[in-house]
Amino acid sequence: MFAYVVRRVAQIVPTLVFVSMLIFGLQQLLPGDPAVVLAGEERDPNVVAYLHKKLHLDEPLPARYLYWIDGVAHGDLGESLRLQKPVLSLILEKLPVTLELAFLAMLIALAIGIPAGIVSAVRRDTAWDYAANVVALWGLSTPNFWLGIMLILLFSVTLGWLPASGFVSPLENLKANLAALVMPAFVLGNAIAAVLMRHTRSAMLQVLSSDYVRTARAKGLPERGVILKHALRNALIPVITLGALELGTLLSGAVLTEQVFTIPGFGKLIVDAVFNRDYAVVQGVVLFTATAYITLNLIADIAYVIVNPQIRFH
Amino acid sequence: MAAIADALGVAPPAARSGPRSHPLRRLLRRPAAAAGLVMIVSFVALALLAPLVSPYDPLATSWTAVRKAPSAAHWFGTDEIGRDVLSRVIWGARASLLAGVVSVLISLTIGVPIGLLAGYAGGKVDVLISRLTDAVLACPFLILAIALAAFLGPSLTNAMVAIGVSATPVFIRLTRGQTLAIKAEEFVLAARAIGNPPWRVALAHVLPNVVPALVVQGTLAIAAAVIAEASLSFLGLGQQPPAPSWGSMLNTAKNYIDNAPWMAIWPGLWIFVLVLSFNLVGDGLRDALDPRHV
Repeated sequence: MFAYVVRRVAQIVPTLVFVSMLIFGLQQLLPGDPAVVLAGEERDPNVVAYLHKKLHLDEPLPARYLYWIDGVAHGDLGESLRLQKPVLSLILEKLPVTLELAFLAMLIALAIGIPAGIVSAVRRDTAWDYAANVVALWGLSTPNFWLGIMLILLFSVTLGWLPASGFVSPLENLKANLAALVMPAFVLGNAIAAVLMRHTRSAMLQVLSSDYVRTARAKGLPERGVILKHALRNALIPVITLGALELGTLLSGAVLTEQVFTIPGFGKLIVDAVFNRDYAVVQGVVLFTATAYITLNLIADIAYVIVNPQIRFH
Repeated sequence: MAAIADALGVAPPAARSGPRSHPLRRLLRRPAAAAGLVMIVSFVALALLAPLVSPYDPLATSWTAVRKAPSAAHWFGTDEIGRDVLSRVIWGARASLLAGVVSVLISLTIGVPIGLLAGYAGGKVDVLISRLTDAVLACPFLILAIALAAFLGPSLTNAMVAIGVSATPVFIRLTRGQTLAIKAEEFVLAARAIGNPPWRVALAHVLPNVVPALVVQGTLAIAAAVIAEASLSFLGLGQQPPAPSWGSMLNTAKNYIDNAPWMAIWPGLWIFVLVLSFNLVGDGLRDALDPRHV
């Protein structure tokens, strides 16, 4: 087990190095002198000169990468030119909002996706199965920003039940916080519910045809117990691991959802940075997301091995 | 019901479609996939014939017809500067279809040769390519596309490049995996045994067998690319105004949702139908091309 963990951790090192090179390389896509572009509209010569020095633009590319990665390793993701703040502190400031949104979205996705997957596997080829599959196909085909706008039209404009935008801290007013987040969380959870439903369905179908389930049934256990206690437990292992990997979808989706509902989170941070040509923030956000994804992937892999020791021998 | 079941791949493998029948015929036997195909063809026809079928110039503004509700004159209503929404939606199909197809072509052009090389060459080349692929895959697809589009500058062309590059690792992985499996088959061993050079074995014997999987993935990737292009345009990183695109129409429509909801309903509905059509065809193709998949 220990050897597996060490090997798996060692494997992510080159991936992280490549990710950092890729994100550093983004800067090279800027046309012309990066310092001039990064200095913004005014192109203040003092700022340009300062950036030239700070980004070591007079030195060769590999040296510049080493300076940059050294900073990153010490928690320095650069500085937002517009807000005059370190990128890392901006990210950490906005992250809790997105994490709450992502958490609620995942709850909604689990609440819809897993029961729908179970029902569609247990009642295979019935109207329930078709209905669940239609809902999944809908979830996968709907652009979430459009769904968000339509929900605002229904619940805010027409019915007046929920606020159309804005965010209230849960520490300030939990009720207002949940009212502001329920629509965005549903929009974000919708697509993941579809993915979870498909995974649950196929995992359940596989487990339901296995010998031990047949044995449980042959013992005369009630069907409910067989499905919920025996089959579901095993079927959920791959589903939960795959669900953890939906983090990327959650973060990508959060960018648009936060834009539609004007939620001041992580996604809004990158969009505002793009509009304001605040490139250091864009790079920082991508690097942070990729690192988070790789780490979560690692945790999911290790958790999977702990739950299912057979994996190690493959 | 059976139609839906067929398309979703939940029905038992159809006995009526034998493995020898033509894949296209097998695809068309699935009503939902066939419906998806008809929808796609209609969208393509609309996009190509946009100058003939759209009732108004999509860029023509009219101050006397600002935010008018749907009527006989303007079926889908008008927008905030009096442009006809139906005409803009029809012309917008061009940007969406172009972005969907071109970005997937970019992914295929880069991804397939690299995947083939990794799978066929193996060893250090494979390790290097696989680690690079992992690195790109670690960046969430849309966030990477947004970052690339931001650095390249906002335009439809750059959006297509950004989406295509971001989607490439999926094709590298798929081609590599398929190549590894096919490489071990006997006919490939035989082709090598009679002295074919490696490049010829890879191109003439391995590649044709990877194509079915690429067709399925490519179709599903078009669906994802259409949504991605709409997302980038929604954020102002795709097609630039005043040229019509569904994503940018939705971005504007968001601000008028309380008094001109039709501005938001139609472009989104068209994105949904187009994406759904590609998903239906993709799912249908998977069932038609891979008899093992249920």
